[in-house]
Amino acid sequence: MFEEFLYTLRRGGLKVSLTEWMSLMEALEKGLHGSSFSSFYYLCRCLLVKSEADFDTFDRCFLQYFRNVPFEQEISQELLDWLNRPDVLNDYANWDEEQAKLNELLSEDEIERMLQERMKEQQEEHNGGNYWVGTHGMSTFGNSGLSPKGIRVGGQSMYHRAFRVAGERRFRDFRGDNTLDTRQFQVALKHLRQYSGLVDLPATEFDVDNTIQDTADNGGLLKVRYKKPRQNTVKVLLLMDSGGSMDYYAHLCSSLFQAVSKVGHFKDLKVFYFHNCPYSQVYRAPSLMPSDSVPTDWLLSNLSSEYKVIFVGDAQMAPHELLGGYYYSRDPNRDPDAPKCGLDWLKRFRVKYPHIVWVNPSERPSWGQYWTQTYDTIAGIFPMFPLTVDGLEASMKKLLVR
Amino acid sequence: MKEFSGSQNYVASEELMRVVNIAMVLQKPLLIKGEPGTGKTMLAEAISAALGKQLIIWNIKSTTKAQDGLYVYDVVQRLYDSQLGNEGVDNIQQYVKLGKLGEAFTADQQVILLIDEIDKADLEFPNDLLWELDRMEFHIPETGETITAKHRPIVIITSNAEKELPDAFLRRCVFHYIEFPDKELMADIVRVHFPELNEKLLTQVLEAFYRIRQLPQIKKKPSTSEIIDWLRALIHGGVDPSRVVKEIPYLGVLLKKNEDMDALKRVWR
Repeated sequence: MFEEFLYTLRRGGLKVSLTEWMSLMEALEKGLHGSSFSSFYYLCRCLLVKSEADFDTFDRCFLQYFRNVPFEQEISQELLDWLNRPDVLNDYANWDEEQAKLNELLSEDEIERMLQERMKEQQEEHNGGNYWVGTHGMSTFGNSGLSPKGIRVGGQSMYHRAFRVAGERRFRDFRGDNTLDTRQFQVALKHLRQYSGLVDLPATEFDVDNTIQDTADNGGLLKVRYKKPRQNTVKVLLLMDSGGSMDYYAHLCSSLFQAVSKVGHFKDLKVFYFHNCPYSQVYRAPSLMPSDSVPTDWLLSNLSSEYKVIFVGDAQMAPHELLGGYYYSRDPNRDPDAPKCGLDWLKRFRVKYPHIVWVNPSERPSWGQYWTQTYDTIAGIFPMFPLTVDGLEASMKKLLVR
Repeated sequence: MKEFSGSQNYVASEELMRVVNIAMVLQKPLLIKGEPGTGKTMLAEAISAALGKQLIIWNIKSTTKAQDGLYVYDVVQRLYDSQLGNEGVDNIQQYVKLGKLGEAFTADQQVILLIDEIDKADLEFPNDLLWELDRMEFHIPETGETITAKHRPIVIITSNAEKELPDAFLRRCVFHYIEFPDKELMADIVRVHFPELNEKLLTQVLEAFYRIRQLPQIKKKPSTSEIIDWLRALIHGGVDPSRVVKEIPYLGVLLKKNEDMDALKRVWR
């Protein structure tokens, strides 16, 4: 009957599924909305929205669809104090059937206009009447009132008759535009595991099959066997390009980084940063401060070849940054075999680590010779994968192949 | 059907009561999220008390597997028993011990099953439970038995949002986010714990508490359990209410991190 609401929500960016929509229909059929607008609102929210980060989006769509304008009105502190009376008994002694029917007929605009008039006239506290702004009465506004329709003014809501809850938009602060859906990345990273079997670990896990076998061989006398626990032995070295052209992909890269650090099933994880291409130094933080750097040689000699290396970068730079002696050390005492350009450094990684992939957030540039040059050179030495869920999954499989 | 409307020891907001009733009528698991200290775990206890139903708690740890909740087959015990020639070794059933979920399914009356802190477990954990929670049954290959719920339990699941939960799982739940209580609700909550509390002290304590929570410098914001501990300390120490906001006595009860304490000392006037 209001399918359009579903599409409003989906257009607003909420991934409401048909299953959830059907449960809402079922709930409405069972009368769970309790024929009040605010309980209808809560019913929709608890069934259709599954994260507090989406509450605000939901509120906006809800307002848009049900065309509610949030009520904004200057209300004097004195009036608010009169209304803040939680001690007044919750009873229906003041219920007035006729007044209730009359109030039902009023439109929102009429109620708002009446409130404004009343606020000019009212000079004292009122509770239980049907005209003034007060508590527990039959008037169309005030606090904890009994009128079937009306505006809540201040205080804690008790009957939720007022239909403007959504207008409050209390969940603005929870908007998680920066909460990333890293789950899919995490699932892809889960592929990167290799269980210890041969590795030297104490045998601490009970081995059912072999115990039965040995016990049988032992003529029925129990002989308990233990096996080595299954543990992930994968060690990861993550090297990320930072700054410059990578800024466009900062969001994507940070979700990858979050996923890698959150998944937490690697035996060891080392993360370093570089700009465009690693040279003689790599950095511990994406800000690339020289004070916080590590010689690339140290990295190569200290991290054993069992580390699986993941480069993340767009592989697009000026050709001389990769091939020229641009960042070449002029120290006269340097090792004559030292790498002379970025490409040499990359080749060192290639030689040292048999398991290495380059994950690229950018596609191959479709035009121009200039930027494709370095892209193709790097894709020539490392297997290159796009930074998408599928690409990441494929690259993880590549890393596991011996 | 009985409705939930808060309990003597638990102050629930109206939204929360409504959502609990929706989950019960629709027979869907209720997923509760919220800041630590907003009473997520307490809620299940309150519902069980209010409806007079037994509560079964399944505490999830990082090593918990979905299987643990269904049943455990105690092979070692069986082997030892066979060694000593104890009776009933042939009977596998004797060595199949039901987990919390199994317990909830086989209970003679409808129970409330609390799956506490589901996000602590492995990423795949919620997906492994989809079938069991949907159909309310599972199969034990060792004995060839199928355990079907006699009475569909009311399932309450809590999460601290440490990990994201899979969409397929979320689709099957009714979701509620417990907001941190505002001053009025907090006053009600505190009064439940201290029925004879001096109103002046309460006002002062709330004032100080919410001001501390609003400070952006504080990393670990104090929660409900901290305000209750703090009040206990203040009452025990017989602190004059007028000193509370100015001096914040027993600060260590409210803030648990050194850096937070230092930050507070710097900005508090």
